[in-house]
This record gives sequence, C-alpha cells and structure tokens, in this order.
Amino acid sequence: MMSKLTRIFIVLTLAGGNIISQTTFPTNGAPNPIHTIYAFTNAVIHVDYETTIPNGILVFQDGKIISTAEKATIPVGATVSDLKGKHIYPSFIDLYSDYGMPEIKKSVPGQTIVLNENPNKGAYGWNPAIKSDVDAYKLFTFNKDKADELRKSGIGVVLSSQKDGIVRGNGVLLNVSNQKENEMVIKDKAAGFYSFTKGSSTMDYPGSLTGAVALLRQTYYDAQWYKENAAKTEYNITLDAFNNLQSLPSVFEANDKFNDLRAVKIGKEFGVKYIIKGGGNEYQRINDIQNTFLKYIIPVNFPEALDVEDPFDAEQVSLAELKHWEMAPANAAEMEKNYIPFCFTSADLKDKSQFLANVKKCIAYGLTEKTALKALTFNPANFIGVQDKVGALRSGMYANFIITDKNIFADDAIMYQHWVNGTLNIYSDINSPDIRGTYKLLADEKNYKVKLSGDLAKINGFINLDSAKTNLNFVFKNNIATMSFAFDSLRSARLSGNYIDKTKTFEGKGQWTNGDWFDFKLIQESSADSLAKNKNPEKKNNKLNIGKVYFPFSAYGEALPEDEGPFINGWLKWKNRYKAILIKNATIWTNNGDSILLDHDVYIVEGKIVRIAPNIDASFFAFAKKIDAKGKHLTAGIIDEHSHIALAGGVNEWGQANSAEVRMGDVVNPEDINIYRQLSGGVTCAQLLHGSSNPIGGQSQIIKLKWGMNAEDMKYEKAPEFIKFALGENVKHGNGPGDNRFPQTRMGVEQVYIDVFIRAKNYKKQMEDFAKLSTKQKINIAAPRRDLELDAIAEILDGKRYITCHSYVQSEINMLMHVADSLKFKVNTFTHILEGYKVADKMKAHGANASTFADWWAYKLEVMEAIPYNSALLNKVGVNTCVNSDDAEMGRRLNQEAAKSIKYGGLTETEALKLVTLNPAKALHIDDKVGKVMVGKVADLVLWTDNPLSVYAKADKTIIDGQIYFDREEDAKLRYNIKKEKARIISKLIAEKNKGTKVVKPSGKKPHLYTCETIEEN
Amino acid sequence: MKRKNYYILCFVFLVGIIISQNNLPSSPKVWKHVILINGTAHIGNGQIIESSYVAFLDGKIEMVSESKGIRLNPAAYDTVIDITGKHIYPALISTNNILGLQEAEMIRPTSDFNEVGFINPHVRSLIAYNTDSKILPTVKTNGVLYTQCTPRSGLISGSSSIMATEGWNWEDAVLKADDGIHVNFPKSIQKNGWWGETAPSTKNNKYDEEILVLNKFFEDAKAYCNSPAGSLESNLRFEAMRGIFSGSQNLYLHADYVKDIILSVNFAKKYEVKKPVLVGGKDSWKTTKLLKDNSIPVMLCRINDLPDYAEDDVDILFRIPALLQNDSVLFCLQLAGDMEAMQTRNLPFLAGETSAYGLTKEQALQSVTLNAAKILGIDSKLGSIELGKIASLVISDGDLLDIKTNNVILAFISGKPIKLINDQQLLYEKYKTKYGVK
Repeated sequence: MMSKLTRIFIVLTLAGGNIISQTTFPTNGAPNPIHTIYAFTNAVIHVDYETTIPNGILVFQDGKIISTAEKATIPVGATVSDLKGKHIYPSFIDLYSDYGMPEIKKSVPGQTIVLNENPNKGAYGWNPAIKSDVDAYKLFTFNKDKADELRKSGIGVVLSSQKDGIVRGNGVLLNVSNQKENEMVIKDKAAGFYSFTKGSSTMDYPGSLTGAVALLRQTYYDAQWYKENAAKTEYNITLDAFNNLQSLPSVFEANDKFNDLRAVKIGKEFGVKYIIKGGGNEYQRINDIQNTFLKYIIPVNFPEALDVEDPFDAEQVSLAELKHWEMAPANAAEMEKNYIPFCFTSADLKDKSQFLANVKKCIAYGLTEKTALKALTFNPANFIGVQDKVGALRSGMYANFIITDKNIFADDAIMYQHWVNGTLNIYSDINSPDIRGTYKLLADEKNYKVKLSGDLAKINGFINLDSAKTNLNFVFKNNIATMSFAFDSLRSARLSGNYIDKTKTFEGKGQWTNGDWFDFKLIQESSADSLAKNKNPEKKNNKLNIGKVYFPFSAYGEALPEDEGPFINGWLKWKNRYKAILIKNATIWTNNGDSILLDHDVYIVEGKIVRIAPNIDASFFAFAKKIDAKGKHLTAGIIDEHSHIALAGGVNEWGQANSAEVRMGDVVNPEDINIYRQLSGGVTCAQLLHGSSNPIGGQSQIIKLKWGMNAEDMKYEKAPEFIKFALGENVKHGNGPGDNRFPQTRMGVEQVYIDVFIRAKNYKKQMEDFAKLSTKQKINIAAPRRDLELDAIAEILDGKRYITCHSYVQSEINMLMHVADSLKFKVNTFTHILEGYKVADKMKAHGANASTFADWWAYKLEVMEAIPYNSALLNKVGVNTCVNSDDAEMGRRLNQEAAKSIKYGGLTETEALKLVTLNPAKALHIDDKVGKVMVGKVADLVLWTDNPLSVYAKADKTIIDGQIYFDREEDAKLRYNIKKEKARIISKLIAEKNKGTKVVKPSGKKPHLYTCETIEEN
Repeated sequence: MKRKNYYILCFVFLVGIIISQNNLPSSPKVWKHVILINGTAHIGNGQIIESSYVAFLDGKIEMVSESKGIRLNPAAYDTVIDITGKHIYPALISTNNILGLQEAEMIRPTSDFNEVGFINPHVRSLIAYNTDSKILPTVKTNGVLYTQCTPRSGLISGSSSIMATEGWNWEDAVLKADDGIHVNFPKSIQKNGWWGETAPSTKNNKYDEEILVLNKFFEDAKAYCNSPAGSLESNLRFEAMRGIFSGSQNLYLHADYVKDIILSVNFAKKYEVKKPVLVGGKDSWKTTKLLKDNSIPVMLCRINDLPDYAEDDVDILFRIPALLQNDSVLFCLQLAGDMEAMQTRNLPFLAGETSAYGLTKEQALQSVTLNAAKILGIDSKLGSIELGKIASLVISDGDLLDIKTNNVILAFISGKPIKLINDQQLLYEKYKTKYGVK
C-alpha cells in the first residue's frame, strides 16, 4: 500500500484519519468508519529524548499509540510496514506559535485615541492592550499551507496564541494535522500569554516600555483586588479573565536578554514563574539568565550574514551585531552548559523551513543531540504539563512522529513521513532509493563524472564535461530520472533513464539537439553516505573558532580573561578585583570646604577611602594597585543630576498627565555606549529621569556607571527614591499643534497637582482606615484598590519619595512651592530651573535644591530670560546648586559646564567643582557616601590630567566603588581590541560571501538618545 | 591739539565685564591712532609675542612688535592702553552659523534661514541678518566678533555673508557680502530623528533623484554663466552662480559621511569649481589625502558631538582637528547644530578643547581665527594681528580659550571699541542687587 504512495512533496492525508472521531458531524451518504491499526516494524524507535529501541515495533490506532516495544504481538488486522532500520522520532513541539490565528490589524500611528476611552464596547477593562479575555481556541482555524510548513520542519504540535497585546489571553495546544479543527485540539486552554508590547491597541497608553511594565503590574494588582472583592465592586470581563489565566502556565514574550530579566522581575513580584520566550541572545548574560531559575523558549532565527566587502559600509555594522552573527548559533549550547531548561521555537523565523537546519546548526555549535531532542520534544511538553500526551512515543500518547532514514540531526537526513494525530503526511518516498552520490556517465562512447547531491526532493546535479563543470538538471520521479545539460554553446542533451537499484545504475536513452539518439548508462561510484563520511571527520576536527562574550556586549566591552572563569558571576568577581588601590602624589580637591591638598596619597580598601596623607609608604601595601598621580588632580566623581542615558524603550510615558506609576528603574539599559563615554568624562553617578511630557512623570533611578555590570548591579545601593515632575511648555504641550489632553495651560497644571495630592491623601486614609477594620467588618466592605500611581504620590506625602521638577519660568516655580506648602509636601529639586535666579530667595526658604544648565538659553520662549549667571546667583543666595546635562554628549563635559560659573558669576574653583560633585550628591541625598574625597567616603573618584575645571583637562581614570571603570591606557587597548575583533569577524563574513552565502547590506542603525522631550513612537 | 588718553587697565576680575563705551572717551577722534602696550599678543598665525606693542591707525593695524628694544613715543598716539598681564587676540570668526537669523529655535516666527524650495542659490542671508538680535551681545562678550551668516535647507540653500556681530544695521555690519553658495550635498545615508534623539539611520530613498537634480542644475548654470551676459533670458538662480564658476565666490559643500565627502569632491572637480570648501566633514579625517591633493579646506562640524558609532574612539571628534592638522588639511571650527546661535559664544572653548587633544594652543586659536579667514577668503583683512589688517581685536584678562579664564575686557571692531554688555549681565546685576550679594 505504502509503495504506491510515490508522489513526493504532495501531502497526502489518509482518508481514514479524517472521519475517525467526527462523531458529532452528520455525514452525506453512508459513513465510512476506518479504524486501521498500524504496525511499524524493524524501526529505530526514539521513544523519548533519552530512550531508544534499536529494533522495535510501533503500533497505533485512531491517532493514539498502542505500544512501542522491542517485541510485540502485532494485532489482527493491522497494516504492517517493515521500516528496515529507519528511525522514528516523536514530533517536535513549538510552544510559541501563532498557527491558525487571525491576522492582527496593526494600529496606525496618528490614529491613537484619547485616553481612557476603550474602543471595545462592553464590560471590559480600561486598557485595550490587556486582552486577557482572548481565547485562542475560539479563534484558530485550519491552515493547510502553514501546517505543512510546520510539519516539514518536524513540528507536529503547537501551542498557538494570538500575538497581540500586553496580556494576550490563553493559547491552545494543537496537533498540526489536516483534520477538522475539532480533532486537532489537544488542550483548549494550555497557557496564558504576556508581553511588553501593546500591539494593535489604539490607546496612547502605554507608549513606552516603562509604561508597559507599569500597566502589567497594575493589572496584577487590580485582578487580585477584583478577586478578593468579588461581587462587592464592578463586573469586569478583563479582570475576570485575567484571574482565570492565573491557573495556567504563563508564557512571557520578552525577546531579549534584558527584557527576559525585566519579565522575571515582574514574575517575582506576583509569584509567577514565567516561561520566558527569549531573544536568542541569552548567552550574552548567561549567568543572569541562569540565576532566574526559569524555563526558556528560544528562537533559532540567526542573523543573516552581512555584506561587509566595502570597508566604509562595514563601519556601519556594530561590533555587537558582528559578534552576535558569529555567536547566535551557540546560544542553545550555552543554555545547556549552564543547565538552563529550554525548548526551541520556530517563531521569529521568516522561513520556517529553516527550523530544523538551524537546530542542526546549534548542534554544530556545541549543543548535544540529546539536549536538542529534549528541547524539541520533552521540554516543551513538560513546561506546560502535557508530557503524558505529546513529546514521546508511549502507549496512550498521540501518534505524532517523524520517520527518517537516519539520525534526524545528520546533515543529509531524509524525512520521509510525518504522522500527526495518526494521520500521514509524506515528504519523501520511503521506498525510493537514495540516489545521491557520484556517478560515471557513459554516453556516446565517452565518460563523464557526475555528482548528485542536495535534498532528495530537489537534487543538485553537476556534470564534468571536457570543457567545464556544468549544471545537470535532474528530476527523479517514479523510478525514472529525467536529465538535461548543455554540452557546449551549440549542443545540449536530454536524457531519460530507469533506475536499477541492484546495480545502482540508470540506464536509458538520450537525444542531442539535432535529434540524434544515443544510449547511456549512469553508474554509481560512491554513495551519499560515503560522501558524508568523508566530509564528517573534517568537520569534527574543525574546532569552532568563535570569539568570547563581551561584558557588556558592545564595543568597549571586555571579555572575562581565560584564567578567571567561567564561574558563576565570574565577571562580577573579576571586575571587582582590586581589593586596594593606592593613589600617590595627587592634588586632591577634597570638597571639604575649600581644601585642596597638594602631593597627597589616597589609600582605598574595598571601595572606601581609608587614609589620606602625604607619603604613605607603599611598601606596606604591596598588594594594592598603585597609581602614580604626580601632576594630576583627584576629585570626587561627577554626578549628573539629570540624565536620560542608559534607558530602554522610551523615557516619556506621555499619554497621561500623571504617570507616577512608571519607573525608570524597570528600563535601565546597561549596554548604552554613552555609559562608557561619560565615564571618559569623569561621571560616576547619574540620576536617570523620566521625560518632561507630564506634570507628574515617572520614578527616577540613580545609577552608578558601572560599565559591564547588569542593570541591577548598576543601581545605586539603597538609592533614595525620586520622581520627576515637570512644568512649563512641555507639559502643556505648548510647542506642538495643541490637543485635548488636560492641561494645556500653566493654570491647568496647578490643578493637576492639587487634584492628585488631594486624591493621594484620601487614598492613604482609605487604606489606613480599611486596615483598621476587623476581619468581620472587612467581609462586607470592598477594600480600596491598590493604585501604583497614588502609591508614588503617597510616598511623597510620607517623605519617602523626593521630587525633581523640570521647570523654567519663575511663575510656575513659585506656584509649585505654594501648592507644596499648602498640601504639606516638599519640592526637593527644581531641575533646569533657568529662572531660578529670580526666585532664589523663595527656593531657599522652601529648602529646594537647584539643578541647572550652565549656559543654555534661546531655544524656546520660556528660556529667553535664562542667564548663565543662574548657578552662581543661586549658589550665592545659599541654594544648594548643581549643574546637569540632560544630554548624552554634554554629560561628558560637565567639568567644563561647572567652570562656566567661574566665568559667569565668579564662583571660586572649589565652589564650581562642587556644582557637579558634592552639590548633586546633596540634592540626591547620597552625600553621606559620595561627593567628597575624605576618609570614610566611598571611592568614587576621578583622576584628571589637569585642573579639572580647565578646558584642557581630561579624565585619566574614573573609579567607582574602588574599582577602575575608565582608564586612558586601558581605553587604548580596548580600541585596539575592537579593531582586531571586528577585522577577525569581517574576514569570516567575507569568506561566507565568497562561499556564496546570501549576504545583506548593513542598515546603519544607531541607538536612540533621549532627552527630556523625547517621545518614543512605537 | 590732540587729546591724549593713557589708560592702565587694572580691572577687577568681576567688574571687567561691565566695561562699556561709557567708561571710555566717546569722541571718535581719540580712537584714530591707538596703541596697546605690554600685552601678550596671540597673533593668530601660531606666533606669540609675550610683551607686545600693537598699534592701529584709522582701524588698520600699523604696528605689531615686541615691546623690548622699541622706544615708545606715547605722543604719537591719541590713545595708549597698557594691557600688561592681559592677552590680546585677533577677533574670533564663527563660520557656518545661523546667528542673527534666529532668536529661539522653537519660536518659528524668529527663524529666517530655511527658505522653501530645493534650489535657491539666489537667496541671500545678508538682508535677514538682525543686528539687534538679543543673542549677538552674548557672543561678542566672549570674543567672537564675526560670523558667517548662513542659510540652510534644500539642496542649494543660498549665499552666506560675513558679518560683524555689531552694527547699526546689516549694511553697517557686513564685512563681505555673498562670500559663497551653500550646497547640501545629497546624503546617501539619511540620519533621522530630532532634537537630541538619533533615530535609526536609513538609506536616503531620494538620493538618486537629488543627485540628478543637483547635476542638472550645475550643468545648466554653467552653460548659462559661460554665455555672454544678456544673451539669454535672465534667470535669477543661474545668475547667482556666476561667482562660483568665475572663482569670486566659494562653493560650500556640506557633507559628513565619508562617501558623500568623496562624491562632493568629485562633484566640485567635475564642474571646475574654483573654490570648493567642505562643510561638516565629520569623516574628513578618513580621507585627508583627497582633500589635501585637491586643496579643499574643511569647516569642521561641531566637535562637541557624539561619535557616529559605538566602536568609534570615544574622543574621536575632539581629535579630528589634530588629525587634519597632521595631514596638512586646512580647517576651521564651527558649531552648526542644536542651539547653534546661542552656542556661538562657546566657540573659543571649542577651540581650547582641541588643544587637549593634540593641537598646540596657538594652533587651536588659529582654527577660529586665521584658518577661518583663509577659508572664507578674508585673510587679507582678518584672522591675525598683522600689519595692514583690520584692527578687530579682543583683549582678555586670561586665556581666551579656557572657560575659567576667558574674560573679555576690551574689544575692537575695525579699530572701534565695542560695547561689552548684554542683557544677561544686566539681569545678573539686577538680581544681585535684589539679594544683596556680590
């Protein structure tokens, strides 16, 4: 029976499979019940990823396996096929599919709607990006082409979900068979799905990554509250569905190593162990990924080779891109080495037919075959708790399996059949011989070499003629080969030959262009197997020559030295390698009054300054790193009070007038090259702020510029909590075309504050009052809903959160201080504050700090009266004054900006330096540790080549927590390494191009830079 | 009888800025023949005279020398100013700048540098130059006394003019009208984004079309300009190009990306442009030989900018001047970019910075004085303190190029002392008084 099925590439579904269980459907005519039992004998059965029966029998019926065993009695009436040593594997499972899902309509930019108006009519939640009510099992429909594409790649089971929204509802587990949908569903609600992207939602909010995090967190809190107060509050489809999702495994689409970690953090807060859909770059932070102790779904869409032939074009390709191109296929092997459980997904692959080929590539890059098979079968089944149904070939499980000629991971393995839910799909004729190999063509009394290679379904033929090697068109079908080739410019030949398996010879007739016939014989000289054998040893010997992971994964990152790892957190240990540093003979700007110490030594132990004195005897501290600072100036590290570097996914959550719930701490990007650039300008610490699009922006994050560390390690330890406020033209959308978001005037801004603070007071009281109730009383009263936005405002009222307020003109500065006084809170810092000099006395009375630009003005109306004397005047009046950057470039030259206060307003040099060191430390409430060069302070220091306030000064070394993060000598080495590493990979890419690999032109992408006014367009 | 004035400048550091014309005699006569004695003269061509005599007559420099060994005859001068311990510099020249054409970036009515259309060689910045701009006084006070007032936009933005930062009106302020025409050479890579944010760069889809339009215009213009005057129907755009082909005007080719630079040089050669100048040239250091071989000078992009690529040396922009200097490419500094009008006052510090990255201090000074004058074709008049040149001079308390010492106490444009006061200083004084602080 099987032998008749010789059509290659045409998927045939046995008629029987279609009717088996359609019991609820009426039939047209007499029903045709077929319950064939199949028995496959003499097969190498891979029962699961670790169990193989070398010569076994597989018996199945009606889509389910009856038995897999070495010996078994073949049931009566079974259709028996002798597989003659062919291999049977369980079908692969893809947990991250959108197979059969309807297309998602993308939101059109500019068509975003006004806040709080959910376009979904009905009793849904407020934000359409929360689609917890989506049931994928109701949406999915059979798609023959896509199903075939998946099965051809070995995928027989998918967990399909709609890839739309931050909460995406549940996914359905499906057999990828050509059946009625009713028969394909394995599990209707198999998992819940989450992401950071709002998808088709037309609502402005959230418009940034930080907003997406906040919305998801708030949704978790809302759903908890909804559950606990059921029937006491509103009815809400979205929250109800969200709560129902919580009993399912949760899959989070993070798509990038850092987003993986962001998702994990949310999971921790709510006790959810996400299965993380990664980005394939997890190897770049493998220790952090391992420390999450979570399961991962990883894609195999490796970057395409780039065209780097032109050296100028090649400059547009970043080192990170080059390295990722080289290392991406090693991601899975790295996961394995670090014991991280993972499964593969074909998602993100443009060409799904590359799935298996790319998994093989992972194996070539060090992944073991066992783990590869586990990641394709057992792991995905196990992750969602269906290991008793799919992922192995045991009694009672779905009859989902692949038949191959040999090890499925062999380069030339042929997939003959893929059975899904007991239905057959044919990809190659199982009885057709493997005709690939080298041949001798005897024709017209001549003798030519012929090579047949490639895929069985699509043979690549070559023939060596007298003149040259040329293409031989070759089609093998129904045992007959049809061939043609161009003999020379005048003549070509067409041939037709019958294959004789026994002698491995084609025999037949050919015809020349002129019509003359000839006889030919094509005789095999060596088979494909022997070709492969010849090739393999070479491949095995070819040690993978790929570079090392850089921390961070960027130019100016560093690899962990060979002898330092790989340990858990090896990088962290190595980066903190200096137990002690002794700086000799420096001119020290202590920031202690006006004191400048000449020719003094500073001794640092474990990140702290322990001694400052002249002539500390270095011989006592043999183990300490010694720095000769003769002729150099040592100052406290520069602190940038107002920065937007090192942030991912937007700095402005601009859709709402109050976005107090968003946290910049959620979106710290430790790979921003501007961190390193600013280190080269002596910056050690920065406050990363939300933008200025809203009267109440988001919560800020103070970081230390520990280049190479991860986001969490960069965060200032126990950092004081801050929030960004903003006044002026930006928050009233004054420089745009105008819109209907309240406020549009400075008048409205005041009312936003008054409203929010009064609500926060009430909220606090409600929370406190409710907490006081007895358990019994609580039963009948709905608990107040936890509101992340009001939490942040309540923290301000409690003095636990400080305000940094973007401000320009005196009227509004005055206003906010009045609002603050009347509602009993304090404005910690006015930032920008270009007209601060006009209300310096009031600011002093209020106790506010000032953080200003040195000399910016004349870029909009509200800065026309900005004067460069501002910082000096504020300082003279007694306001603690800082100079900030708000600019990734200027952040590198804050010492110069501070010097402007000497020119404009005559501050002394020590006063000027404090504007960018001690004063911001004070404003940020971290001056207990940093801002001065004194015994007991943390060693955040900069060694300058010249007077630090001179335009001629350069930072020579930048030290944070007693470790050297920038060193001009090291910098030169890093530059050299960048050049070498780029050149090494580029020569590999050139070799790829010469080999004929498809290459794509570099795109010249550049990272985003943020300022206060940046609005991220999704 | 000649009135003789003898001043010893011993200005208090803080009060220095308050010097205004009112402190000095107002009769124009007394500024006819002036000598500045014993100051450290930074000539602008690389030389320094530690203790110098610099004299000018009728606005022209008539003496520059060491003070040692020369007997001064004070009676020969109507004004003698002792500037012992002070520094004297040639006036700083800002190039490629919209100063005077804009008051505030975000207030559209104040902008006069972006004309509509792609090919506007006939558009002239000169007449839009606002001598009453509030920004000009804040620039003068730091030593920048001239600016190349430059239009932007389109493929050909129009002609620039070299203006003094002080004057009753544009006619009074102009030093050289219509010094050249500005071509924004088509960018093969389009840099997207806006203020402070660089969005991903993309291929410029209109590139081929722009190259075509530009070439067509130059071909037509050249043919027109080669025909006898009046033989063809008058065309404003073509007429404006005569100086480019005759060599009386510079052709400013704005290009940053290395391939665009190479193509713009080829373009200039193709049309036999006599005086091409590269403006921007962020990648100019990558192709110095081509620039040198073709004698094409560079008005270098703002060096206080971030490198294009993460891989670039973090200080590459600061080092470009030294790289150009070493390869003998003539260049000057400019600071086109965000808030450029306001930033013009930081031009001296931009120059200072280059000397932390490979130039000598005098070479740094040259990059905003003599080099600029040479490129603009006005070095017979400006750019250095040399005989016969216009007496436009800046006297600073300390090193003019370092922020903390730049303190301009006296400055002359064409031999006339200028008012060194701006509104910002007045506001400062006003609020100092309010708070009773010094």
